Amino acid sequence: MKCGVVVFPGSNCDHDSYHVLKHLYGQETHWIWHKDQVLEPFDLIVLPGGFSYGDYLRPGAIARFSPIMKSIIKYANAGGRVLGICNGFQILVESGLLPGALRRNASQKFICKYVHLRVESNQTPYTSRCEKNAVLKIPVAHAEGGYFVEPETLKALEDQDRIILRYSDAAGRSDATTNPNGSVGQIAGVANAEKNVLGMMPHPERCADPLWPDRDGRYIFDSLIHSS
Amino acid sequence: MNSTPEPPLTEALIAEHGLTPAEYQRIQELLGRDPNLTELGIFSVMWSEHCSYKSSRPHLKTLPTEGPRVIQGPGENAGVVDIGDGLAVVFKIESHNHPSFIEPHQGAATGVGGIMRDIFTMGARPLALLDSLRFGELSEPHTRYLFNGVVAGISAYGNCVGVPTVGGDIYFDACYSGNILVNVFCLGVARADKIFLGKAGGVGNPILYVGAKTGRDGIHGASMASAEFDDATEEKRPTVQVGDPFTEKLLLEACLEIMKKDWVVGVQDMGAAGLTSASFEMADRAGLGIAIDLDRVPLREDGMTAYDIMLSESQERMVFVVEQGREEEAMAIFRRWDLDTAVIGQVTDDGFLRASKDGRPAINLPIAAVVEGALKCERPTRRPAYLDEVQAWTAESLAIPDRGDAMLKELLGSPNIASKHSVYEQYDHMVRLNTLVLPGSDAAVIRVPGTQKALAISVDCNSRFCYLDPYAGAQAAVAESCRNVVCSGGEPIGVTNCLNFGNPENPEIMWQFEQAVRGLGDLCQIFDIPVVSGNVSLYNETKGEAIYPTPTIAVVGLLEDLTRYCTQWFKAAGHEIGLIGATREDLGGSEYLKQLGEPLRGKPPALNPEVEKRVQRMCLELIREGRIESAHDCSEGGLAVALAESCFSGPEVFGAVIGLASDVRQDALLFGESHSRIVISFTSGQREEIQARAQQSAVEFAVLGKVGGSRFQVAINHQGCIDQDIRMLADIWKQALTRYGKRLD
Repeated sequence: MKCGVVVFPGSNCDHDSYHVLKHLYGQETHWIWHKDQVLEPFDLIVLPGGFSYGDYLRPGAIARFSPIMKSIIKYANAGGRVLGICNGFQILVESGLLPGALRRNASQKFICKYVHLRVESNQTPYTSRCEKNAVLKIPVAHAEGGYFVEPETLKALEDQDRIILRYSDAAGRSDATTNPNGSVGQIAGVANAEKNVLGMMPHPERCADPLWPDRDGRYIFDSLIHSS
Repeated sequence: MNSTPEPPLTEALIAEHGLTPAEYQRIQELLGRDPNLTELGIFSVMWSEHCSYKSSRPHLKTLPTEGPRVIQGPGENAGVVDIGDGLAVVFKIESHNHPSFIEPHQGAATGVGGIMRDIFTMGARPLALLDSLRFGELSEPHTRYLFNGVVAGISAYGNCVGVPTVGGDIYFDACYSGNILVNVFCLGVARADKIFLGKAGGVGNPILYVGAKTGRDGIHGASMASAEFDDATEEKRPTVQVGDPFTEKLLLEACLEIMKKDWVVGVQDMGAAGLTSASFEMADRAGLGIAIDLDRVPLREDGMTAYDIMLSESQERMVFVVEQGREEEAMAIFRRWDLDTAVIGQVTDDGFLRASKDGRPAINLPIAAVVEGALKCERPTRRPAYLDEVQAWTAESLAIPDRGDAMLKELLGSPNIASKHSVYEQYDHMVRLNTLVLPGSDAAVIRVPGTQKALAISVDCNSRFCYLDPYAGAQAAVAESCRNVVCSGGEPIGVTNCLNFGNPENPEIMWQFEQAVRGLGDLCQIFDIPVVSGNVSLYNETKGEAIYPTPTIAVVGLLEDLTRYCTQWFKAAGHEIGLIGATREDLGGSEYLKQLGEPLRGKPPALNPEVEKRVQRMCLELIREGRIESAHDCSEGGLAVALAESCFSGPEVFGAVIGLASDVRQDALLFGESHSRIVISFTSGQREEIQARAQQSAVEFAVLGKVGGSRFQVAINHQGCIDQDIRMLADIWKQALTRYGKRLD
């Protein structure tokens, strides 16, 4: 699988995604510079976490205007796989590849900790190696992770099986008490209608390495590699 | 543009610059003329306590700074220690106390930014941040404002740059209510043969400016940090710089990229005293001169004078010296990262700093006169009057309670002991995938990327002990910090310190300083660990009330095998619990006394460095051989708190059944803070070997009980004295600080 990791000014989880894809999974992985206009063919593009453009104005609001984003939008609309993690999710929302918005956490504070996620759908290339309703333990690290969509859109997302991950407890129960950031419906990850674009706030790349006691992030990468 | 004529240098103006008449006379002698206003400003910041270390330097010279691993000791941007495999760690701790008290968010944020630049200036990618924070009591609303502001500032800056904040310590005591402490530690890793120094070498080489534009913020920050606070402190808010972590991130990446080239001659961060200290220090280290055209400095606003430009402390700026002819190549890299850059001058051979503004000479100062010309300062010292009285106290007057339950709950819920998760969850502590032990154990453990090695890092200082006996207190800080590193599986290889004290012009404060430095130096000598970098912060007082002496110590330890790290929490029911080290009747200065509402008094626990060494050596060997499951240092709250924390600070909560046999008075046994003690857990099969090791090491060791059950039960000489539901205790410990953080009044 040929993977590309986009480097925006202020991306800071770019090295982590690159490391996991290239060194842990042995995939051909390239850096993509935000000023580039032309995109060579890829099997997967990762929009990494971080603070693109300092998160000034709104997270992702400036990055969507980066020269490379035009090509990435075209690539995604043609069915190319784009995984947006954390800030990458925010950029996907700002650029219109995914619906909704990411608001400031309900606590008004940055939150970095392990959370549990319930896999709502395994009908995506990102979760194909997970059982439906499986619970993954993956960390979040964000200040603006409260996912919001209008009720009509929410219903459409549910109807189209596009809500992929919800915050839950270890037993898979998902309600207001398991919501770390105030997301509507405890949503942690959503896909586009074709399921080739996934945005998620949690960081699977942080728990894929066998070095850690928790490594559920590997399910996301295993899925990707085996469905390619 | 015409600049306004300079005001005459009146006595009042000189005094406003923090210079004494004697110092001004010294300037006149050195120059053979009167300085102009810009030059006066330069002397003011360069001779300030913050930049010149004039009060502290004679004492700091006594610290042990050498060792086989030391590549760079104090005097550069940070210390450098060899860790083998061609790699070195670069680290330092630095204070940002005064700005953080005036403006907590920006003060703390720029503290983080400044120390990171010190690390990547030397060619190292920053791998980890730790913070040592001190506030007044959380019952005061203003303290909660400062606490929340500082944590938010650290979070905003460190998270954005993408350097994980992996640990630190936080204490609350009324002595800091008028003068908080924000000490930030940063560590990076570099190739041992690619360390960059702040030297402006090579006559004719161009001097490059890179980073943010220069504005009027932070002018006289260094002087502000060299005076006490008073009622007018609030007016100093404009002297606090404003940080931009986004620019810092770009600067970091650009610097590390350019440093791969072989034509970078020297590099220096513009930190305290901005362009002034950067240019003087770089020229001084090379023994050369510098010529600067101030009209070329990228400016944020119009009408800035030479004075403003030289004294600005705008953040995220660096000075590079590169080989002649490479300037365009260098600037192309900086521009790729969207940074402002310009050639602002060149290295000269005349030993002068000359600068022009608007085409006219603005500064003409001999480097040596400014850097080394300050009047020698030998501050008198006097043993403080309060010491005899406070040290005379003994615990005899104190009633011994029947049981320990109530006090254990109070201690677990006290902000100094309670879980700090509500703080560190606001820091990204995992970014870059190196954090092996997440915050919440004795020390942070991070892997060295690309190797099988790891580093354990701890910062510590119990300032209550330092107030009662600064010599013993400083020793205790080093010993505890090393113990934390050892409990995590690291072998201490280097120390950095941040010495926070009151006004050095007060002989009693100076005595505290002298004693603490002696204590620190003596213990490092015995432990054979070099002090490779450090920072001094004086004038930490408000309206004549000084903080307790707070010599914050950070210790870096090396793990040759990253799989052999250890954490403080119990791992499984059925494991046995043991205590390495002896418990004595040490109640002086304890958290227990504080909870009883007793004034701070007594003698701090006595430290026997030889015993401490043996305890640490034994523990480290047990960890390296994989014989123990957990190791936790006993500190604030004593043995009872250490045992309880071992039960519930990990991913799982366990009960424990403990039986102690001792003739030490009950409260001292449970809550006293004797040094050189480590709570361990192990499988039964290891018991005999551990006992044999203790005997060989001439170290006391006792098996205390077993992990398991749902209760925390402690009996002394077969008499029950604590019996509580462990989950309830865990809740008290977990929720205490969170509650304060949420209070809005």
